[in-house]
Amino acid sequence: MDDPTPDLGPAERAFAVAAPVGLGLFPLGLAFGALVVHAGLSWWWATVFSTVVYAGSLEFLLVGMAVSGVPLAQVALSTLLVNSRHVFYALSFPLHNVDGKLAKAYATFALTDEAYAVTTSPEAQRWTSKQVIGVQVFFQVCWVGGATLGALAGSVLPLDRLDGLDFALTALFVVLAIEAYRDRPDRLTAAVAVACSVVALAISREHVLLLAFAGFTAVQVVRARRDPIVIPS
Amino acid sequence: MAIAAVVAVAAAITWGLRALPFAALAPLRQNALLAQLRLTMPLGIMVILTIYTMSGVDATGTNLVTYGAGIVVTAALQLWKRHVSVSILVGTAVHMALTAWLG
Repeated sequence: MDDPTPDLGPAERAFAVAAPVGLGLFPLGLAFGALVVHAGLSWWWATVFSTVVYAGSLEFLLVGMAVSGVPLAQVALSTLLVNSRHVFYALSFPLHNVDGKLAKAYATFALTDEAYAVTTSPEAQRWTSKQVIGVQVFFQVCWVGGATLGALAGSVLPLDRLDGLDFALTALFVVLAIEAYRDRPDRLTAAVAVACSVVALAISREHVLLLAFAGFTAVQVVRARRDPIVIPS
Repeated sequence: MAIAAVVAVAAAITWGLRALPFAALAPLRQNALLAQLRLTMPLGIMVILTIYTMSGVDATGTNLVTYGAGIVVTAALQLWKRHVSVSILVGTAVHMALTAWLG
């Protein structure tokens, strides 16, 4: 079952599953890199963000926060909320197939949405340590490479032509919202989120994120207590 | 440096969220409230973040057109073709072109 020899077969099989995802990460990385430069940061911050934080949608948010100098507490809270979904990835990610402390540490560090989706697919159930880590390294190379190239290109191109580039972040979340809805069509949850955001906007434009998240979470907790969903195990 | 601190805080919390649950799997599996939040949070968080990214935009006629068109194109492409990068890049290009033209 486990094949520790570095033969081409398993590597090719893993690559066949991972390649389309990696090729999707690259252009998104380009957009992220261009955004970093457009926000006024040096190009190499794109490399630093994508290497050290390595959490796609959060990185887009962080650029704006880093530039506007919001308090670190808001950075911490946003990170907790945006990436809270990762907590659940531990339930099915095949960490037990990864050998060695360093490899395990990297596997958890690089446990992005994409890595989770690919490594928990039926084809990946018997992947070896090398296949899992190889796919994760490949994804990060695509992301960091795209971000770095995008930032370098952005620092060469005339930046006044890039007005509106920050819309990429809005578009990213529109896409993620559609995919979340497709995964679990729930109009009431979507409506609650919109309502909380609108109320938060009316109260304070500066603290929209905090207020909307707090309101939404409170409503969801009340809903869960009143009307528990039967969770298939 | 302020930006380095932002990176450090975000990186540490992100890694913590990804790594620590492996040490605490059993209690998480038992928690019905968390299990239910897990189902509803992704959609809600993405909707809130979508609106948050536009919270600094004034509701002028031009912005309604550039943002509205960008969102419609992005959403339509995603519903139709389901290629994340294509939806984002084309939607953003439409928004940028309209911004350059109308602005």
